[in-house]
Amino acid sequence: MDEALKIELGKQGIFATSLQELYNWGRKSSIWPLNFGLACCAIEMIATTMARYDLARFGAEVFRPSPRQADLMIVAGTITKKMAPQVVRLYNQMPEPKYVISMGACAISGGPFKQGYNVLKGIDRYIPVDIYIPGCPPRPEALIEGFMALQKKIDEQPLTGSSRPRHLKADEPSEFIVPQFGAHDLEPSQNPTVWHAPLVNISIAGKDDTGTA
Amino acid sequence: MQNDTYLPILVLLLGAIGFAVAPLALACLWAKKFSPAKPGKDKNAIYECGLEASGDAWVQFKPGYYLYAIIFLVFDVETVFLLPFAVSFTGLTLGACIAMLVFLLLLIEGLAWAYQKNVFAWT
Repeated sequence: MDEALKIELGKQGIFATSLQELYNWGRKSSIWPLNFGLACCAIEMIATTMARYDLARFGAEVFRPSPRQADLMIVAGTITKKMAPQVVRLYNQMPEPKYVISMGACAISGGPFKQGYNVLKGIDRYIPVDIYIPGCPPRPEALIEGFMALQKKIDEQPLTGSSRPRHLKADEPSEFIVPQFGAHDLEPSQNPTVWHAPLVNISIAGKDDTGTA
Repeated sequence: MQNDTYLPILVLLLGAIGFAVAPLALACLWAKKFSPAKPGKDKNAIYECGLEASGDAWVQFKPGYYLYAIIFLVFDVETVFLLPFAVSFTGLTLGACIAMLVFLLLLIEGLAWAYQKNVFAWT
């Protein structure tokens, strides 16, 4: 339906919608996060749910202690290599449609522990991340901003067609490789279907944007 | 007609069944039309908290706990009956007194049996 016509109808007191809009509205208005924190970012996440910042305004106050009932995984904190398999397995156990917010520097890239031996350098090496929230830790306002960005993303997802999201395509996986402890590192050290190492072309690095591929 | 009085109940019954079935049917239809089911090893796992289940759920517990609970009951029941017994002791007939003592003896016999069976030694 034409957008202008819809607005015009709305002025006359007639509310028009489509199945896709109804579906997306329902999903974005009741995103239940997984009750799951890894490090100090989790404190900010908890603060976001409390009265001062009140994540309940966005329909997300119901933190589920079971992945079976959760829609959103907020990876809040440092992912040690010991914890990474559990995080991926929890993600695998969530029902579709599921989303991931990578909260804080550690969940994005390893943060201050990036050079360490025991910290995963970003959860996006194993599972697809929808929203990245930088900060160390990000303030509750930043998490709310990220949450609203996720709602916007959900609102724009088409129900049919080739650009529909992963969970509506039958041949795309819902589970991802759970890493195992190897002799020196997690095996595999990243999921190649999800993450590619950014290759830097040294000769043109810093001159233009094509320096990174 | 007589049967007309039951019509509202039938309507309510149909409404109640519809209320329960309609969301499930809609979800089923939605899954068929748009959202394919994607079961997998982790998703179908019995334990759901990130760790893999290890071992069997049919584990054995020590019978010591069971005996402990049983012997606790000896003292528990005794106390419950001893309190009213003590309160009304002076007004009781000889028959009631003997009945109470037999009851006590039965419980104490259980304790003696447990003692003889060496149940109190926690191994």
